Amino acid sequence: MVSGLTVSERQLSLVVLTALALCGLAMAAAGRADALGIHGFIVLAFSLGLIFLVISRYNDPEPPTERLSRYYDDPTKVGIVLTMIWAVVGMFFGVWVAALLAWPDLTFDAGWASFGRLRPVHTSGVIFGFGGNALIATSFHVLQRTSRARLPDQFSPWFVLIGYNLFCVLAASGYLMGLTQSKEYAEPEWYADIWLVIVWVVYFLIYIRTLQRRKEPHIYVANWYYMAFILVVAVLHIVNNLAVPVSFGHAKSYSLFSGVQDAMTQWWYGHNAVAFFLTSGFLGMMYYYLPKRAERPIFSYRLSIISFWGITFMYMWAGSHHLHYTALPQWVQTLGMTFSLVLLVPSWASAGNALATLNGAWDKVRTDATLRFMMVAAVFYGLSTFEGSFMAIRAVNSLSHYTDWTVGHVHAGALGWVAMITFGSLYALVPWMWKQERMYSPKLVEVHFWLALTGTIIYVFAMWNSGIIQGLMWRTYNDSGTLAYSFIDSLVAMHPYYIARTVGGLFFLAGAIVASWNVWMTIRMARFGQSQESGADVPVYGKADAVQAGE
Amino acid sequence: MATERHDPVTGRLTTGHEWNGIEELETPIPRVVIFFLIAGTLFAIGYWLLMPAWPLGWTYTRGLLGIDQRNVVTRQVEQAAVSRAVWTDRIATEDFAAIAADEDLMRHVRDTGRTLFVDNCAVCHGVRGTGGPGFPNLAAGSWLWGGDPETIAETINVGINSTDEDTRISQMMAFGRDGVLEIEDIRSVAAYVRSLSGQQPGEADQARLPAGKEVFAANCASCHGEEGKGMVEVGAPDLTDDNWIYGGDEQSVFTTIYSGRQGHMPHWQDRLSPTDIRILALYVGTLGEGER
Amino acid sequence: MKEFFHRKIERNAIGFVLAIVGVASIGGIVEIAPLFTIGETVEEAPDMRLYTPLELAGRNIYIREGCYACHSQMIRTLRDEVERYGPFSLAVESQYDHPMLWGSKRTGPDLARLGDKYSDAWHVAHLINPRDVVPESVMPKYGWLMRNELKYDDLGLHLAAQRKVGVPYTDDMIANARWDAYGQANPDSSYAQGVAERYGEATNIRVFDGEPARITEMDALVAYLQILGRLTDAAHQTAAAAAEE
Ligand code: HEC
Ligand code: HEC
Ligand code: HEC
Ligand code: HEM
Ligand code: HEM
Ligand SMILES: [Ca+2]
Ligand SMILES: [Ca+2]
Ligand SMILES: [Cu+2]
Repeated sequence: MVSGLTVSERQLSLVVLTALALCGLAMAAAGRADALGIHGFIVLAFSLGLIFLVISRYNDPEPPTERLSRYYDDPTKVGIVLTMIWAVVGMFFGVWVAALLAWPDLTFDAGWASFGRLRPVHTSGVIFGFGGNALIATSFHVLQRTSRARLPDQFSPWFVLIGYNLFCVLAASGYLMGLTQSKEYAEPEWYADIWLVIVWVVYFLIYIRTLQRRKEPHIYVANWYYMAFILVVAVLHIVNNLAVPVSFGHAKSYSLFSGVQDAMTQWWYGHNAVAFFLTSGFLGMMYYYLPKRAERPIFSYRLSIISFWGITFMYMWAGSHHLHYTALPQWVQTLGMTFSLVLLVPSWASAGNALATLNGAWDKVRTDATLRFMMVAAVFYGLSTFEGSFMAIRAVNSLSHYTDWTVGHVHAGALGWVAMITFGSLYALVPWMWKQERMYSPKLVEVHFWLALTGTIIYVFAMWNSGIIQGLMWRTYNDSGTLAYSFIDSLVAMHPYYIARTVGGLFFLAGAIVASWNVWMTIRMARFGQSQESGADVPVYGKADAVQAGE
Repeated sequence: MATERHDPVTGRLTTGHEWNGIEELETPIPRVVIFFLIAGTLFAIGYWLLMPAWPLGWTYTRGLLGIDQRNVVTRQVEQAAVSRAVWTDRIATEDFAAIAADEDLMRHVRDTGRTLFVDNCAVCHGVRGTGGPGFPNLAAGSWLWGGDPETIAETINVGINSTDEDTRISQMMAFGRDGVLEIEDIRSVAAYVRSLSGQQPGEADQARLPAGKEVFAANCASCHGEEGKGMVEVGAPDLTDDNWIYGGDEQSVFTTIYSGRQGHMPHWQDRLSPTDIRILALYVGTLGEGER
Repeated sequence: MKEFFHRKIERNAIGFVLAIVGVASIGGIVEIAPLFTIGETVEEAPDMRLYTPLELAGRNIYIREGCYACHSQMIRTLRDEVERYGPFSLAVESQYDHPMLWGSKRTGPDLARLGDKYSDAWHVAHLINPRDVVPESVMPKYGWLMRNELKYDDLGLHLAAQRKVGVPYTDDMIANARWDAYGQANPDSSYAQGVAERYGEATNIRVFDGEPARITEMDALVAYLQILGRLTDAAHQTAAAAAEE
């Protein structure tokens, strides 16, 4: 890592890390009577650790200038490892919270171990830890390959990757200490939010600088999506996190908006976190790794245009479907519902575009579990967007809202789409990154595929059942014209499904562990075995004819 | 580098661009996509015309149907009440004895009462009304304030030691904490109280019984009655049955007498309708049916 | 024609960026901005009162423990919800909620009208171990709420921050915040009177956790739970008015 940096980049790292350490010190001092202080120490320790790392390698020889004629993939490699770590951590917490709903006493008599604090560790762990690292790692890879340009410098990608993971650590450790703004998917407190803005600006600058230096006249579709992800998430994050801290020595803050305006802002954010984090970003991923792996051209360029702009425009109107029948004025609900319905068209256009791209490669789908991961992901993407548009209909939402049906929908998207496309892409990417012909064990990829698919199906069916039963029980009337079931009746009815969901989750988690092992062994293979260097994977435009298969 | 070519599988032309080996086909947008885009948009426009939809600065379009979710639900609730009136009117007006004798009405009471009870009362009294530590068993037939439906309805209306201004007040004094009785007296009377419900006292307690009996007569009988059978006028429980609110073991009884008890039963007249409360009063009366 | 145009912007990174931001901004602006300008979005409620410092501290504990992950505080305009939980929620009821806690999941029941429904003692027992009182429950135990002393010395800062985001706390309230928190959970102390003066005679001033000597986190959380749905009577009035129409 460090020895790949030039001396001036090493110096810059030290300067930035020292500044960060000072921030940590300031937080620790100002927040000594508050949980903020603990985060100060975490920031301090984090930066001191990295300073130590840089200094220990400070005198290594500079990398040769010929590095500039190669892509810069070190941050991607580290990002892949971080992705796998967060996958296991985040899903472990998912299984834990799932188990807590079936057996509520599977816990310790301590605040950090209670459901309400663990649940956001799960959601942030998988969305931001697992999903975010996967997006950063793959976006650096895709950006360079589709631009035929090297990343603009070697410092800023590290800043983004490591800074982002610091944000994730602050988020997760904060929840365990009870630090949360309570806004779903935006729970981290004000100082973590500010830090993420800084990281994100640098991320955007990397993107735009690389694109400016691209050797391809056109910007490839994958980059449209990655860019939409970066830009819109920035806008959402800033607006939804506006807040006034109690003092600079307090972690706690009060959001700027209240009541109905706050609710609308939150779900404008929340829904579009789904749209631009969990959808747009991963569509970017799909648009590169799927055609690459299938070795097929994209089915339709024009369909890409329609779906991209359709998604970018319409998603932003749909957030109010999270607030049907609430105190949010009905006119906003109407807009949310109608846009959610039309949104299905560009969503299915993307899913269809992906699946039709596989025309001519279906035999590969049958034999290659990696490609099958991506194919199944596209199917689940289509399924969960269909379900989403359906649930956005007011009458349907009156049943589904507040129930496990929503959770089922979430995980059809999260497990079936987000996680599957990520695993598929990583199985393609890892051998390329570590210069191997294939993963350490293609068998284990196959095993993982079936574990993941079984887990997803068990999970989603369990939640569909429990959600619909719950929703129906709440609104069923008896012959007397009064409510037939009490709330506790519905609670008792959920128990078997909560057990089933835990089992499904265990399958999925087992798959992720298998994947991590496989990735790790592939890396070791690269360390100890020989690697297949190919001269073609270089940033200079003009060698198109010699492009290596793969990459 | 624009070099268009034909894709051998589909025969389609590519766009001529290529990114690290990825190409795109010039496939026209499938008709269905255009169709559903237009159909969806038309549907949306229709819906906007009918429903509240677009903001206009200080107001918004109300829609041709003039629908508002709040009015809709208010009408639905009203209509539901009207269609229930066939039996609820009778519950509201007839006297309890007549209702209890009417199997048809009691079926409605059981149907409706159960959900009402479990949603509002079960957290304290349990799903089957059997109570728990600190919360009386309503299925045992041993009543603090009386078990006829009128009394039960009144208890539900105003609560016990509740925040309602007409609340029933029930005070088991803190004889130890307030220094009325010596610890030894409390031990004695506790032993005596436990013997009332037929628990066999241990040897030490056996010796305390006569003293306990005296303490009881002097301090407790005014509320719990000479024989400890309780008194519905002050909500003092019967101490001679094996039915305990706070527990009949040595420690619990001692704590009760030492620290006193003021159980809090919320009042429901601000929350539930008079009819609902009458339904509950009847329903509570049915709770012990199976066992008794 | 469209393609021609698209081919162009595809070649211009900055243009593409601006196009994305432009296209994506419209929805949010159209849906959020009018919520501040259309008067009827938030109903009138002249009787609306503020959270006392103790209740605010309790609300922060509710947030800290993630209760909102299982409990909604938003009764929708649906017959079954109105019949089960009470009058549908109004926007004005959360007008001082920074942030709102409407919730998105009902693993446990809605809490929007919880205030005064159960006794303090029940809440304490339930929070210490829900299964002691409701054997069917899957709610976590919160034993530490009773063990932890409430940190109330900095509540003045909290009220001041709330005022910055628009909650009309007075100087007097801010200056007395910590004492008001103490007084509300300790009716026999000399600080109790001030609470009623500043926040109204209807304020609950009680030993919420059953232990007068200590002001615990339990005191604060129960004080908050007992005020849910009771800051204003507007919801009941709206329901009554709508029924008369
Ligand atoms: C917060 C807990 C709680 C809830 C909720 C509750 N109760 Fe009670 N209830 C009590 C307690 C405690 C007592 C006993 C008071 C005492 O100890 O003097 C009681 C007493 C009663 C009594 C008097 C019993 C007797 O022997 O006279 C009746 C009847 C009753 N409850 C019915 C109900 C009904 C019906 C509901 C629901 C609408 C309900 N309760 C809800 C706690 C509760
Ligand atoms: C002022 C009236 C009053 C007096 C005097 C009184 N009690 Fe009570 N007692 C009550 C009431 C009312 C209750 C029910 C309290 C409740 O449920 O919260 C009660 C409850 C009890 C219980 C708990 C029963 C259970 O089911 O757990 C015991 C035991 C008891 N009293 C014993 C005594 C003894 C012994 C004395 C005298 C030393 C005494 N009481 C004096 C009114 C009184
Ligand atoms: C794992 C989900 C979960 C979490 C987290 C949770 N609850 Fe609950 N809660 C429930 C369930 C399930 C019930 C219904 C069973 C019961 O009464 O315990 C419930 C019931 C309640 C009730 C009774 C509501 C009624 O009307 O009967 C209250 C009050 C309550 N919870 C408060 C809280 C508070 C305060 C917190 C946070 C400190 C919290 N809950 C956290 C699941 C949860
Ligand atoms: C091992 C697999 C997983 C298990 C067992 C699991 C389990 C859970 C559980 C129990 C909840 C709480 C539901 C509730 O409160 O009722 C939850 C919520 C959630 N999970 Fe997972 N999860 C898993 C994987 C994932 C993945 C991979 C993602 C995302 C990429 C994800 C995203 C979410 C989200 C967004 C929520 C919040 C849903 C909502 O608020 O409606 N989960 N998960
Ligand atoms: C056309 C696309 C989609 C639409 C219209 C849509 C619509 C919806 C609706 C109506 C809800 C329920 C809101 C509620 O009642 O509370 C919901 C929840 C959710 N959806 Fe989707 N959805 C879509 C696609 C996706 C995808 C692809 C994912 C990927 C993971 C996803 C993730 C989520 C999450 C995480 C929630 C839970 C939010 C929460 O309450 O915490 N959605 N969506
Ligand atoms: Ca935040
Ligand atoms: Ca106390
Ligand atoms: Cu949504």
